[in-house]
Amino acid sequence: MSSTPASHLHLAVALDGTGWHPASWREPVARPRDLFTAGYWADLVTEAERGLLDFVTIEDGLGLQSSHFLDPDERTDQVRGRLDAVLIASRVAPLTRHIGLVPTVVATHTEPFHISKAIATLDYVSAGRAGLRVQITARPNEAAHFGRRSVPRIEAYDHPDTWEPVADLFDEAADYVEVVRRLWDSWEDDAEIRDAATGRFIDRDKLHHIDFEGRHFSVTGPSITPRPPQGQPIVSALAHGTVPYRLVARAADIGYVTPHDADEARAVVARIRAEQNAAGRAADPLHVFGDLVVFLDDDPAAATARRERLDALAGQPYTSDARIFTGTPAQLADLLHELHSVGLTGFRLRPAVAGHDLPAITRGLVPELQRRGAFRRAYEAGTLRGLLGLARPANRYAATTV
Amino acid sequence: MTKPLKQIHLAAHFPGVNNTTVWSDPKAGSHIEFSSFVHFAQTAERAKFDFLFLAEGLRLREQGGKIYDLDVVGRPDTFTVLAALAAVTEHLGLTGTINSTFNEPYEVARQFASLDHLSGGRSAWNVVTSWDAFTGENFRRGGFLPQEERYSRAKEFLATANELFDSWHGDEILADQETGTFLRHAKAGAFVHTGQHFDIHGQFNVPRSPQGRPVIFQAGDSEEGREFAASEADAIFSRHATLEAGQAFYTDVKNRLAKYGRRQDQLLILPAASFALADTDAEAEELAKLVRRRQVSGATALKHLEFVWNRDLSSYDPDGPLPDIDPDVSDHHISQGRAQVRMYRDPLATAREWRELAEANNWSIRDLVINTGNRQNFVGSPATIAKTINDHVQADASDGFILVPHITPTGLDDFADKVVPLLQEQGVFRTDYEGPTLRHHLGLAHPDEASEKRAAS
Repeated sequence: MSSTPASHLHLAVALDGTGWHPASWREPVARPRDLFTAGYWADLVTEAERGLLDFVTIEDGLGLQSSHFLDPDERTDQVRGRLDAVLIASRVAPLTRHIGLVPTVVATHTEPFHISKAIATLDYVSAGRAGLRVQITARPNEAAHFGRRSVPRIEAYDHPDTWEPVADLFDEAADYVEVVRRLWDSWEDDAEIRDAATGRFIDRDKLHHIDFEGRHFSVTGPSITPRPPQGQPIVSALAHGTVPYRLVARAADIGYVTPHDADEARAVVARIRAEQNAAGRAADPLHVFGDLVVFLDDDPAAATARRERLDALAGQPYTSDARIFTGTPAQLADLLHELHSVGLTGFRLRPAVAGHDLPAITRGLVPELQRRGAFRRAYEAGTLRGLLGLARPANRYAATTV
Repeated sequence: MTKPLKQIHLAAHFPGVNNTTVWSDPKAGSHIEFSSFVHFAQTAERAKFDFLFLAEGLRLREQGGKIYDLDVVGRPDTFTVLAALAAVTEHLGLTGTINSTFNEPYEVARQFASLDHLSGGRSAWNVVTSWDAFTGENFRRGGFLPQEERYSRAKEFLATANELFDSWHGDEILADQETGTFLRHAKAGAFVHTGQHFDIHGQFNVPRSPQGRPVIFQAGDSEEGREFAASEADAIFSRHATLEAGQAFYTDVKNRLAKYGRRQDQLLILPAASFALADTDAEAEELAKLVRRRQVSGATALKHLEFVWNRDLSSYDPDGPLPDIDPDVSDHHISQGRAQVRMYRDPLATAREWRELAEANNWSIRDLVINTGNRQNFVGSPATIAKTINDHVQADASDGFILVPHITPTGLDDFADKVVPLLQEQGVFRTDYEGPTLRHHLGLAHPDEASEKRAAS
């Protein structure tokens, strides 16, 4: 599927505040007072680029963070408050040259027209390194921030009664991605002609109304922003079950999944590939990345001790949807190799403490993988699609004008 | 006793998607590549300008049911490009035009608060309204808003956004690693807003930004727009750049401030202004004429005539006489997504007047459109333009100007190199930035200080 050697795996890092452990902000390296400055984010993304990572994702949400899956928790002992992820990505784009920038966007309450041009613009300002991670929200408090509609209250994301309302939110997200993608294609690449003879700046036959009509919104188009450098920036989504697997299989370039061992990984990959076939996309490249929370130290006992210390500060053991890895870069490289061999094409690592585990990835794990011939030694492409081995796609509307 | 010299405020409007922008010039570069924005912004910052200004339109213009193809088309997302420009500039203010009809307060407030954090306090918001169903076809809401409600929604939108900006006071984040207290209290960012257009509550999730709130611009010229500006805005992006019209507008709007308990220096009047700059006045006059001809090609002249005639005039010769048929005065308008067409309130009278003008001067369609259209506001040598700008400001026709060059991205270069030094020599324009935030550049108080003063008085 790409020029990437088969033995190579892809690596991304998921950035969220001071790290994924709720007590991470209390570590001396954490810089919690800098969280709302550009310099903090520039330092993290620059460090990730130093490690030749494929991309960073940036978490986001339309309400304060909460330890509860659905409601605000009123806690004051964890990081609360964040900056808009698309704007963080754009702010660091001119300061980096190679690494992909993949902010989270929430489909449930936002406008696909705005997000399409925002990610297209991120692609312009980064010269072809943009993507997005699409997310839904079923939180009633976030719906109340917009006041446009209520969302049905759910008991838990995996409770049978929630399937219908959650599936509905994912259906909306699928429509959202469809609109975003059509808008990216709504200008053909050579639409700008600057033809002095006829006085025309554009060939309007190469701009297209997208005329999308769905249950939740209708969008006419075209975009106000020309087709971005990559044509189609990367679309990705985190997926934990059949409904989101289907979204990944139908609409995404990358799915993030959370298997806890190789057997689960094999099974998840098989389910996504089956959905991909059912969606008629068998021939399209689709990455499946494993998500892992990582505590990385050169000495395994140090990693364990650090995790215990943070758990003690938090008052309870840290749990996650993803597998939590605690150990050395070499041990992690072993695990990644095993999971890669059963079909995961890459990994999105969630540093438990950004200030510690991100440099441990870039300065410990990456050299280890390089020694094993499993990771790039230099950036081999100028765009995020290029790093992921994805060709620049043809415009879906181009053929219609021939 | 002489009146102290006013300091001039200058801003740079990135060339727009209209026929002011000459894309056919050999020097004209890309309107979408980031490098053009970088060049333009860095030129403005080199010249110590107050801010960069970006306009916005959320649907491509159409005429006769087809996408309008004669002007520059296509622009970036406002927030996203401003955030990127924050990385390549240090002081320049970053003003974005954001529509209050096709957005929601929670999202816009978090974008502006984020931009303000990420730029170290340089964000500004030009609040605009629209109601047209044509633009609404790109959004969830559609074009439901009755025209008479657009300012009521805009006012409530801004009031709601201000409540969100003010929901954090700036002292909530303790981040005390020893005690383990991150937030001073659990209700940081709490808000409730109940109104005609918005009924929302919860917690805002972006802490107080360096400027507290973005600087607020208003651009409308109607009676409602002027009142909105007088009550809410920090600055007006106006269209009255001539001396007399500027003075009339300036006096009108500044006199409205008192009833809102505001001082005259709390609202800046900044008209948009185009210019033709050359080494001598005579050369500048020639350049101005050349640019006007480039701005109005034969094809563009016919399209502009269609704004008045409201008919397809493509069969007419732009170098020939005006149409002898009368304008179509039905409700359906040939042009969509454009404010300009509403200027012609009596098309039959305008058509009559233009025919007479054309006959008297022996003008073709193109000549007429060139001669009745906007002339550059400032034409002359560096000395002439510097004097004109200063005279306007000292005579209270404005507090400065938002310059609109006609070439992307180099159209500001000569102004920066040749006019700005003259203004600096005269002591009416800064030679360096005196503070880090846009409020510093504009001489505006931080909202916290402003409210303390109001409470104390």
